[in-house]
Amino acid sequence: MNSLILRTASRFLLILLFQFSVFLLLRGHNDPGGGFVGGLVLAAALTLYAIAYDVRSMRRFLPCRAQTIIAWGLLAAAGSGVWSMFKGQPFMTGQWAHVYFFGLDLHLGTPLLFDIGVYLTVVGVVLIVIMSLAEEVEEED
Amino acid sequence: MIVVVLSGFALALLAPSLYRLSARWAGCVFSIFPAVLALWFLSHMGEVVGGHGLRFTYPWIPAMGLELSFNLDGLGLLFALAITVVGTLIITYAGSYLHGHPSLPRFYLFILMFMASMLGVVLSDNLIALFVFWELTSVTSYFLIGYDHDKDTARAAALQALIVTGTGGLALMAGVLLMGQIGGSFEISALAADNAAVQGHRLYPLVLALVFAGAFTKSAQVPFHFWLPSAMEAPTPVSAYLHSATMVKAGVYLLARLSPVLGGSDIWLYVVTGFGAATMLVSAYQALYQTDLKKILAYSTVSVLGTLTMLIGLGGKYAIQAAMVFLMAHVLYKAALFLVAGSIDHETGTRDVRQLGGLRKTMPIICAGAAVGALSMAGLPPFFGFVGKEALYEALTHDNVLVTVVGVLTSMLLFAVAWLAGIRPFSGEETHTPKHPHDPPWTMWLGPVFLGCLSVLFGLMPALPEKLLSAAAGSVLGKEVHMHLALWHGFNALLVLSLVTFALGVLVYLNLARLQRVTEFALPVVRRGPSQWYALWLRFLNWSAVGQTRVLQNGYLRLYLATIMTVTAVLAWYTFLAHADAGVIEFNWGDIGVHEWVLGIVALVASIATVRAKTFLRAVVALGVVGYSVALFFVLYGAPDLAMTQFLIETLSLILFVFVFYYMPPFKRFSTRPVIMRHAAIGTAVGALFTLLVLVATSVQWHPTISTYFSANSYLMGQGRNIVNVILVDFRGFDTLGEITVLAVAGIGVYSLIRLRLGKGGDS
Amino acid sequence: MEGLLAIVIGVLYASGVYMLMRRSIVKLIIGLALLAHGASLLVFTAAGLTRAVPPVIPEGAKAITGTVADPLPQALILTAIVISFGVQAFAMVLAYRAYQTVGTDDLDGMKATDT
Repeated sequence: MNSLILRTASRFLLILLFQFSVFLLLRGHNDPGGGFVGGLVLAAALTLYAIAYDVRSMRRFLPCRAQTIIAWGLLAAAGSGVWSMFKGQPFMTGQWAHVYFFGLDLHLGTPLLFDIGVYLTVVGVVLIVIMSLAEEVEEED
Repeated sequence: MIVVVLSGFALALLAPSLYRLSARWAGCVFSIFPAVLALWFLSHMGEVVGGHGLRFTYPWIPAMGLELSFNLDGLGLLFALAITVVGTLIITYAGSYLHGHPSLPRFYLFILMFMASMLGVVLSDNLIALFVFWELTSVTSYFLIGYDHDKDTARAAALQALIVTGTGGLALMAGVLLMGQIGGSFEISALAADNAAVQGHRLYPLVLALVFAGAFTKSAQVPFHFWLPSAMEAPTPVSAYLHSATMVKAGVYLLARLSPVLGGSDIWLYVVTGFGAATMLVSAYQALYQTDLKKILAYSTVSVLGTLTMLIGLGGKYAIQAAMVFLMAHVLYKAALFLVAGSIDHETGTRDVRQLGGLRKTMPIICAGAAVGALSMAGLPPFFGFVGKEALYEALTHDNVLVTVVGVLTSMLLFAVAWLAGIRPFSGEETHTPKHPHDPPWTMWLGPVFLGCLSVLFGLMPALPEKLLSAAAGSVLGKEVHMHLALWHGFNALLVLSLVTFALGVLVYLNLARLQRVTEFALPVVRRGPSQWYALWLRFLNWSAVGQTRVLQNGYLRLYLATIMTVTAVLAWYTFLAHADAGVIEFNWGDIGVHEWVLGIVALVASIATVRAKTFLRAVVALGVVGYSVALFFVLYGAPDLAMTQFLIETLSLILFVFVFYYMPPFKRFSTRPVIMRHAAIGTAVGALFTLLVLVATSVQWHPTISTYFSANSYLMGQGRNIVNVILVDFRGFDTLGEITVLAVAGIGVYSLIRLRLGKGGDS
Repeated sequence: MEGLLAIVIGVLYASGVYMLMRRSIVKLIIGLALLAHGASLLVFTAAGLTRAVPPVIPEGAKAITGTVADPLPQALILTAIVISFGVQAFAMVLAYRAYQTVGTDDLDGMKATDT
């Protein structure tokens, strides 16, 4: 699509929405949000960008291929459950710890890692679908 | 102990990669593993014969009361030693026998996996675990029989073995579940302690029938015995291992293991004894007509399996003792003879006994091994087979005349068979064979010679294995047994029977051709019968599968759906109208706000517009409106997470629809008016059913909601305030993991559909 | 309010089922989407509706006090929505590829193409 307004807007929106998606992901455990919603927001932002420019320019923002993102997501989600097995607890028992980081009291746990896995998987899947179809369109043109 | 059982699986998985490190020595290296296991089992011999079996329990699925429990008692130890000792020799042997075969790594993979499964079968105390290992032996044996998978006959034999034993396995599963249900436990030891619960139940005959179906198919009892000779398509090490020493004995093992639970009744006695007796006689008779060395051995194995089954059926001290002694003798001589047969095949290029002769000059070591095996099989002193046969006769004469006659006749025939298989190829004049024979490398004669030495050693000093065999018989009988074995019992009735057997056996062997002619009339019945039924059954299955596919799987999606939906709607409506009280439904229109009315009507109109849309774009837009209205419902009723997700998904779906719309042809109307009316009626019926369902579900509350648990524990256990999210990532995290996996699969599916082209406009 | 939603759900199911039985593969996919919406609302409504109180434990409290919306169906629906997106995407692409290969979007026309 060739619209200056959309292009300019999508660039700013991408940064904003990326921050927003991470925000949703991290607050998800205590307030509405979470990996599914966060992942969808980021995927939607990238899709918007791809519509404004094209898929190739959108791809620059990705550190790796979408398949790899899915793989990492699944690995993180499944791996978060393994932790507890080393402690002799059943698979996927939540493990929590307080981490003090520059004076901040961070309350971290394996469910957060699991949610990050969900986030990555959702981003990867939506992108792989959109990119496959959009590239098909671009090739036809 | 769990390490002992499961390490085999681990090694099996590594086997192909290890093989690549050293193809030449792989056989010897892998054989160290069963040797170590054998030593481990031997080291526990003292505890086991002392009556202190090892027991190991690991909670497997605690929620269902399932435990992975292993029990090493006398019976288990006897089998475990057979599995690991013979396994060591077989793997050593196979390294040379199959040397240079392209798929040798796969052979090691499956044979090690088989060995581990077999150990699992004989050590499991839990019926479910036993069944799982049991099926694993069926599956691995399928791959091992079909090892030469480019041969038609090998594939057919593998499939036949799998179908026969697999069918039996299904029956066994039903039997096991039933037994566990009525006995109240899946632990064999617990069931044996209270066997009246199972035997007194009215379903006891059914349990027996199902367990028998499993055991008889696995141990190749008449009329299921035909698969075992066909399975001789397998490479010889496989036949020697699976089809003589281990897997086919699993059925016998199962009967022995379960006899404390199920045995002792009249049905048990007559059915097991009857099948066993029929099998031993029929297959010994069939063995006489074979010319293929391996098939001769296969039929004689079936005969021995029949003998063991009969002994277990008879029950009682003497019969069970005899079964254990006979079993050990058989393992020692039959595996040796199979390995000899393999060596002969390997060296001469043929297994046809009519073409073989005089091999004693060219293959002296193998000849020695074969001679010991054959003489032991014939039941001659001073070999262990003689001790076995004496024990057998002792048990039979303690019972009745009929089984004694069957026993003597079978031994007579097996005497002739032993001569045919083990002595004849080596005696007489040298014959011309496809390859020029000589003794094979040490890896290939080690097995027969080692087992032969044991046959002689145990024959001369029967006191050596006495304790182990007593312990094995003791664990079947459930009490302490002190067996006394001896080569020389004095001049008594048993010795007379043995002498009669030898005399008759020599007579049969010398008049083999005449005997074959005279009794030929019976052969078609026993040979053709069962395998023809099998062929007929397969044809029937194929025929019925084709038939029902034509009728039911007609390829019209809408017909499937129409059928399913109509049946559902009719049944549910009927149930409601016939049984339910419509008065329970509470209608309360008063509490609906104006904005809710508006939203509801928008959703209704949009969904009808979707159906009635004339163009794709209109349908998609209307569908979008439906989606956004659903999202607004989520907003109204306290589900912000859902609303956000729904909004985003709806937007992305719209984008997707537009992408696809780009390509698809414009809407067309394919259906005629009557069809449309019919489908509309089905749709309306289903829709009305769901309206009703919602109304009933919201008016009546049967159970308290399980959400109270989540609400109460979300912060305390899940450390999160957003309960929905805590459920997703913690309480029901495993579900979510499954769901994102589905999502990932769908994504990869889309990618591969678009990216992996097979050429546009058709398959390339 | 359950009554109103019950009717909406009924109509969604009716139109979904009707669309699933069309011969055009595109309509089938639209039917799938309608059915997905219907199913979400069904689970949501059947658990009982509560107006505008999300199932979030307030700051400082350790457990829910008072009535909130039922969290369990929400968790179920949340994943169902995302999965139905995946399934729809797959179905659409499958339909698209089938159309490219077979040259028709008529399901009856696709029936005999496996030879």
